[in-house]
Amino acid sequence: MALVAVALVALAAKAHDPILAFHAVVGALAAAVTIIYWARGYPGRAQTVGGQEVYLDGVVRWGALITVFWGVVGFLVGVVVALQLAYPTLLTGIEFLNFGRLRPLHTSAVIFAFGGNGLIASSFYIVQRTNRTRLALGNLAWFVFWGYQLFIVLAATGYLLGFSQGREYAEPEWYVDLWLTVVWVAYFLVFFGTLLKRRESHIYVANWFYLSFIVTIAMLHLVNNAAVPVSFIGTKSYSAMSGVQDAMTQWWYGHNAVGFFLTAGFLGMMYYFVPKRAERPVYSYRLSIVHFWALIFLYIWAGPHHLHFTALPDWAQTLGMIFSIMLWMPSWGGMINGLMTLSGAWDKIRTDPVIRFMVMSVAFYGMSTFEGPMMSIKAVNSLSHYTDWTIGHVHSGALGWVGMITMGSFYHLIPRLYGKTEMYSTRMISWHFWLSTLGIVVYASAMWVSGIMQGLMWREYDSQGFLVYSFAETVQAMHPYYVLRALGGALFLVGGLLMAWNVWKTVRGTKAVTVAVPAAAAA
Amino acid sequence: MFSHETVERNATLLLLLAFGVVTIGGLVEIAPLFYLQNTIEKVEGMRPYSPLELTGRNIYVREGCYTCHSQMIRPFRDEVERYGHYSLAAESMYDHPFQWGSKRTGPDLARVGGRYSDEWQRNHLADPRSVVPESVMPSYPFLYNRSAENPAIGDHLKTLALLGVPYTQEQIDNAATDLKAQATPDDANAAAVATRYPKAQVRDFDGNPASVSEMDALISYMQMLGTLVDLKAYDANPTVR
Repeated sequence: MALVAVALVALAAKAHDPILAFHAVVGALAAAVTIIYWARGYPGRAQTVGGQEVYLDGVVRWGALITVFWGVVGFLVGVVVALQLAYPTLLTGIEFLNFGRLRPLHTSAVIFAFGGNGLIASSFYIVQRTNRTRLALGNLAWFVFWGYQLFIVLAATGYLLGFSQGREYAEPEWYVDLWLTVVWVAYFLVFFGTLLKRRESHIYVANWFYLSFIVTIAMLHLVNNAAVPVSFIGTKSYSAMSGVQDAMTQWWYGHNAVGFFLTAGFLGMMYYFVPKRAERPVYSYRLSIVHFWALIFLYIWAGPHHLHFTALPDWAQTLGMIFSIMLWMPSWGGMINGLMTLSGAWDKIRTDPVIRFMVMSVAFYGMSTFEGPMMSIKAVNSLSHYTDWTIGHVHSGALGWVGMITMGSFYHLIPRLYGKTEMYSTRMISWHFWLSTLGIVVYASAMWVSGIMQGLMWREYDSQGFLVYSFAETVQAMHPYYVLRALGGALFLVGGLLMAWNVWKTVRGTKAVTVAVPAAAAA
Repeated sequence: MFSHETVERNATLLLLLAFGVVTIGGLVEIAPLFYLQNTIEKVEGMRPYSPLELTGRNIYVREGCYTCHSQMIRPFRDEVERYGHYSLAAESMYDHPFQWGSKRTGPDLARVGGRYSDEWQRNHLADPRSVVPESVMPSYPFLYNRSAENPAIGDHLKTLALLGVPYTQEQIDNAATDLKAQATPDDANAAAVATRYPKAQVRDFDGNPASVSEMDALISYMQMLGTLVDLKAYDANPTVR
């Protein structure tokens, strides 16, 4: 580790550009902290207490708190970029804060920092509980946690300082991608190792979804980020593929970042926390089997619907459309299983805002997995593509489904990690629920109107056969909707801040609890 | 009779089956694109980017221009009238990475080359609202102050050559001088740039002949977008008569 630190310092001195030099310094600092940590003998965490094996929950606690933190950061940057589109002089001309650099920061902060940490933390919790065993491979889970945070810091600072692979949702440069690969392999080993040493004979359905998410993301990440660096002491790289092949690969990745990161993983979260909170068993086990296999098989094919009417061959576009439409069914399989799990517990929606979060998230999941297949139909896509409709669709999925299932699950989980049963304030959860629901509705409706309007304005002809609107006129027409969108996002952000406050008040002054692995079967 | 229980009891089997299932779609959709005629056809006029254009393109990527601008014109009447001939696969064959984009907060740029003057472009980049009052684009005044000269640009060409872009050894060897010469019309090498890169536009793009700035590089890239292929001569169906 000392060698790593020295090598990174040397790299910082020799690097071709300031971004790599800065990142080498960050890496060297991380290595130094690790050395101090080891030197002081911290890693000896007790695996057993009084002869009984205990769950490794510290990493889940940190993961849960950092998820809330990154969520607020991601929503905040989102509001800033939304305001920049409504009021373009905001923070403009400062190279580090221009829209083009903040936008990857926003998407990565929400998807990878908020979503990713939520998935890692919840998967570590669930895989232990449902298999009745401590996480495998000692403290490797801690490496996953800190390694992932380092990845986020490198990516975020890299965007602001001006590195980019120019691939949506895969902007970090080659060396950050390599680091993420190392972390991800460790994540896979911890998760899969825990499955292997389980004490339950059956692997619970939530784990199928998490496992497929981890494996598929590894495959997508490696293929899509294939690139050759210009120099090993510089940031810049060129993608291995070009043109139409590159486009297809990128959207194979891009759509399945949605399909596996933002869907399969969070379905795993749903399959554990909704039954737990509702205190009801999963509605249909058979349905979960069918929709799991159908979902992971079909999702991979859907990428080309991002490339309708482009230079991608027609047959590939049509395949993408057909599979996207078929995908509607397994998606709704998940929604039905989530909602129907509440059979006999529907009254809890009235009394428990945490259940309300979960139900609303599954409802948004159903809504956006209907909207998605619809937008993949070529005739619809010819209007919706390139417009804000897509942005609205993404946000009803990301804020509605991903955001609310995470919030609901973590409102359930966080007090339990600190030896409590409920959050500090239930009323605050209720307020958070209504603020975020209202925020999403305002956001999505503004984007529907602006997207469809802009699409129609672009293709509007007058009776003489001339285009009616110049492009600039269509931009001007978007202004009120961009203001509304920023307002919707701000409501969601305020909700996120309420959650952070509530979590702070819940956690402050408590002591971490150690939970023993139960001997008898009880998931 | 196969029972799903077998899979639920065997983590390795679950892993292998899940991985197998998720590989199929990608293989079917991606692999053929390396062999099909209409995705690998060569079109008259396409050439690799000149060093200055490549530098400009890298700035385009760095600043995230693709988050608001597409470079892919779809074959619709309104798009063809607004932006020009629909985009061909071959036109992005040297694009590492592709920059087709997914959102038009601003207009498509696939054929923006030659549509506006250099002066319009630099005013627009430095302060978009000075020429388009409705614009919501960020300002890029800092491009004026940053040098685009790069002694290592030859390594960039070499890397791209490794990936299949047909740069010649001569082009790689002269990359750094070509970069400077393309934005400096008085330079002794200016004529050689146009020979090495047919249709390359050699002039001072940023209004300051004394130095080669990132503004020069970006505008040289913008001004060549969509200008290489003579679309009047392009035959979409060479085998159909």
